Amino acid sequence: MSSVTALPEVHVVTPENRRRAVFIVLACTLIIPAAQYLIKLGANQLAAQQHSAHTGSVSIQATILGIFTNPSIFSGYCLYAIFTVLFVYALRHGELSILYPLISLAYVWVAIIGAVAFHEAMNPLKLTGIAIIMAGVTVLGRGSAK
Amino acid sequence: MTTPMSSIALVLAGSVIGSLGAIFLKSGAHALTRHWTSIVFNWRLAVGIATYLLSSVLFVKGMTNGELSVLFPMVSVGYICTLLWSHLFFQERVTKAKLAGVGLILVGIIFLGFGNAAH
Repeated sequence: MSSVTALPEVHVVTPENRRRAVFIVLACTLIIPAAQYLIKLGANQLAAQQHSAHTGSVSIQATILGIFTNPSIFSGYCLYAIFTVLFVYALRHGELSILYPLISLAYVWVAIIGAVAFHEAMNPLKLTGIAIIMAGVTVLGRGSAK
Repeated sequence: MTTPMSSIALVLAGSVIGSLGAIFLKSGAHALTRHWTSIVFNWRLAVGIATYLLSSVLFVKGMTNGELSVLFPMVSVGYICTLLWSHLFFQERVTKAKLAGVGLILVGIIFLGFGNAAH
């Protein structure tokens, strides 16, 4: 248990707390690709329903309804709820500018899911873009740690 | 082009809004104590969650058309906004390294856009 009980507004970021926060955020990076898979699966189902009804693109109302009634999208967001609880906890023990970039590992897993599960074509420009984004996030994180 | 511009625009807009959600969650987390009321009556956490909901609607609408491998990395535009918000609201220092990181993210998003157009 933490010794910070008397002064709730003061948050001492000890190395131990920071390590714990980093560990939790790393666990979060595995939740993201699972959630993204479910959300994309459900979004495709919404689009297919809309297509068969000949009503053009999926409306905002159909999207809101879909988030709560499509089992895939709803489970995806349940995973995001778990993610959010873990992330709020991690934020108590670490700095936003360190923890937020760590989540970038999820880009690799999500790109793999896009290619494998949804048969999305990869090309050098896309892969370079994803790699540059990850490099940017790493630089951002290192810059924030000082 | 397999991912339409409208989907990219929706996801980018959702990400900018979502980055504000992180700011509310961060300030809400600061106000947490050991007492249960500090989480139930925490308006900052509530606003943070509501902001995420709005950003989710835009994100899912964007995802109904286009590729996950293009749209999901576009969410990283939120990091650029987060740098701005954390400077404005938490007085976090904007270092050269942070600016370089944000610049790289922007270049990466542009590459993704070209990669999408090349299909």
